[in-house]
Amino acid sequence: MQQKIDPAKVRGEEVSQVEEIAGESMYRCYQCGKCSAACPATPEMDMLPSQVIRYLQLGLPEKVLKANTPWICASCLQCMTVCPKGVDLSRIMEGVRMMQLRHGENRIEMREFDEEYRKRAPQIVFISGLRKFQSLS
Amino acid sequence: MERIGVFLCWCGANIASTVDVHQVVEWLRDVNGVAHAENYMYMCSDPGQELIKKAIREKNLTNVVVASCSPRMHEKTFRKAASLEGMNPYMVEIANVREQCSWVHQGDKDAATRKAFNIIMSTISKAKANNPLETIRVPITRRALVVGGGVAGMTAALELAEAGYYTALVERDDTLGGKMRRLSRTFPYHEDASAVIAPKIEELKANDNIKLYLRSDVTEVSGYVGNFQVTIETRPTEGEDGAPEVVTEEVGGIVLATGYDLYPVAAMSEYGGGKVPDVIDGLEFEELLKESLATGAPVKRPSDGKEVESVVFIQCSGSRDPEHHKPYCSRVCCLYTNKQATLLTQQNPGAKALISYMDIRTDCKLTEEYCQGNIEEKGLVYIRGRVSRLYREGDAVRVWTADTLTGEKLEIDADLVVLAMAIEPSVGAEQISKMFRAAVDTNGFLQESHIKLRPVESSTMGVYLAGAAQYPKDITDSVSQALATASKIQSMFASDELHQDPLVALVNPEVCAACGLCVPICPYGAREVDERARFSRVNEALCQGCGACVAICPNKACMLKNDTPMQVLNQIHTFLGKEEPAQ
Ligand SMILES: Cc1cc2nc3c(=O)[nH]c(=O)nc-3n(C[C@H](O)[C@H](O)[C@H](O)COP(=O)(O)OP(=O)(O)OC[C@H]3O[C@@H](n4cnc5c(N)ncnc54)[C@H](O)[C@@H]3O)c2cc1C
Ligand code: SF4
Ligand code: SF4
Ligand code: SF4
Ligand code: SF4
Ligand code: SF4
Repeated sequence: MQQKIDPAKVRGEEVSQVEEIAGESMYRCYQCGKCSAACPATPEMDMLPSQVIRYLQLGLPEKVLKANTPWICASCLQCMTVCPKGVDLSRIMEGVRMMQLRHGENRIEMREFDEEYRKRAPQIVFISGLRKFQSLS
Repeated sequence: MERIGVFLCWCGANIASTVDVHQVVEWLRDVNGVAHAENYMYMCSDPGQELIKKAIREKNLTNVVVASCSPRMHEKTFRKAASLEGMNPYMVEIANVREQCSWVHQGDKDAATRKAFNIIMSTISKAKANNPLETIRVPITRRALVVGGGVAGMTAALELAEAGYYTALVERDDTLGGKMRRLSRTFPYHEDASAVIAPKIEELKANDNIKLYLRSDVTEVSGYVGNFQVTIETRPTEGEDGAPEVVTEEVGGIVLATGYDLYPVAAMSEYGGGKVPDVIDGLEFEELLKESLATGAPVKRPSDGKEVESVVFIQCSGSRDPEHHKPYCSRVCCLYTNKQATLLTQQNPGAKALISYMDIRTDCKLTEEYCQGNIEEKGLVYIRGRVSRLYREGDAVRVWTADTLTGEKLEIDADLVVLAMAIEPSVGAEQISKMFRAAVDTNGFLQESHIKLRPVESSTMGVYLAGAAQYPKDITDSVSQALATASKIQSMFASDELHQDPLVALVNPEVCAACGLCVPICPYGAREVDERARFSRVNEALCQGCGACVAICPNKACMLKNDTPMQVLNQIHTFLGKEEPAQ
């Protein structure tokens, strides 16, 4: 395990794009981890919500562009409620989802869900996760 | 007719490379009233000052204008030099031709030379209208007052009493010692906190110079540095009836050492808001430890007396959270949490201490070694992440946290949870601040007058700050600061009277309408309307010459000595090259 840091990418173009879409600065976060401690969706995530921010702070957007965390995020705002710095992580997740879509990483296709699931799933899934079901093509 | 001497300094090349110093002197020699003009490489040097003295002597000068750097640098130097020749120091004025001219006009020598001349001319016009002034002398009452009888207040009071000064110590509780009475052992040597403080309390009680006011509050403060009047009210002892006893003390210097309180657990809704059993604050845990250390019995939890086998300590509870709680770091909780976890494993062998932390801050002497040593020896487990919530789950307290180092979200069931609650200014700090006119910072802690250079002085002269009332501190730092306040007061008491600059406000009683507008505007409480004489007086010992009253007075009855409206107007007119208005 070794990761090279490219200083040019720290606070670089792609990270700024996520910040712009999210309307949130990555650098307000002081990595306390309280959001991850509060998030109800972590069991399904492949990295903690605070780690999504961490990789972006380090200028490693490629790490989060492959993560499923933003797609698992239910925009429930638990994280923002507890965050000592008032960071709205759900917006950062949205920013990362947008970036993933722009990179053609379209994780979720409506047709992948069977009829039965779509009936069972609570409405919030379809409302807060609306973007997830929009196919770019 | 005045005989003015003008001394233009080169400041090495600082002024001379931008201003044509010889040309300016040429021009000055033709100016009406200028009896002497010269320039020199370094006016502030000994030979430079000698030139000024010589000219005062030989040419019988009435005023001196030194054209040099900002008055903040050398005004005092030149005034002192002039006074050695018998000139009143307030007849010396500084024309700032460095910061306000040469430094900002490099590369334009002609304009800079003309501007330097104008600055000097305008300063001459002011100097001409100056009056000789005498230093204000204020007598000093050599008695002190200390508010708060914690370790900081006790230390300051003892130090002053031992130096021979009568000292009144006001404590609102019925015992001395403050928070130290509740502590078990102290980091880093695990000394018994009560055993450390007890002899100090005895010393205080035995010292004849100390007047102890227990169960007492300060209710009124008036006066100024060297001469305060303080009203103290003492409540009757518990169970006794009767009115409070009221006493007035006259003191010259004051120490505020009102300490801290813990931010209440009730304010932490994410940690149960005080409603979840077995979730306690750091001082409550100190008391459990204290009892265990005294009896030898293991630490038991409050709800059912079960011997505790697992404790989660939550650092930064309420601290470093600008969004919901306190933005600042409470500074001592990293250290005492490590201490508490260590003492726990000592009293309850086999018990597990899990510490939720963001950083381990060890900024006091020996504490890094202390904390690391305990982690190794006692097997304390630090988990890096802030706890998001906790709740009762069966017999345990369930804690949700994350470990940012592994990227795992964690759930821990513990017997007991100890919250290292934020330290906040003690209850009533606001009234103390108002009564003593000692400003507080945005977090309500008493504010030092300069964070680097005047760390124990409050915003009011003669009022000093010690201990956690100013900012969270450990015992070592509280004691150091207390000793500093005692030294400050002793150095004040070492002289017979206080000397103060006479550049203060002045009122023309004929013009003053006693409207009182100047009273609330004065930041130093120096104004008072004399209802019988029907005009507003200036307390010269308090006035700092800020000019606020001059600006607000609708009748132009206030002015600053040697900075009268006429002098200021003349300066502006001169600068603009206009005729001076008639005097
Ligand atoms: C859980 C815990 C553990 C700690 N452990 C350690 C340790 O191991 N080692 C260490 O060095 N430090 C420790 N500390 C820090 C220590 O408590 C402080 O450094 C110390 O108590 C500060 O002393 P103080 O005199 O400034 O304030 P305090 O101890 O708070 O004393 C202030 C006094 O002023 C009185 N008072 C307040 N307002 C008024 C008023 N208006 N009028 C009259 N009287 C008033 C109060 O009643 C009190 O007696 C610990 C702190 C906590 C919270
Ligand atoms: S908004 Fe997303 S990241 Fe935040 S707590 Fe909810 S699911 Fe987790
Ligand atoms: S809670 Fe806020 S500050 Fe803490 S890690 Fe999460 S986003 Fe960053
Ligand atoms: S001293 Fe340590 S526990 Fe206390 S607020 Fe600062 S970092 Fe947090
Ligand atoms: S504001 Fe002026 S007129 Fe009014 S009381 Fe003060 S000095 Fe007198
Ligand atoms: S000059 Fe300032 S300090 Fe002096 S009396 Fe006027 S307002 Fe008060």
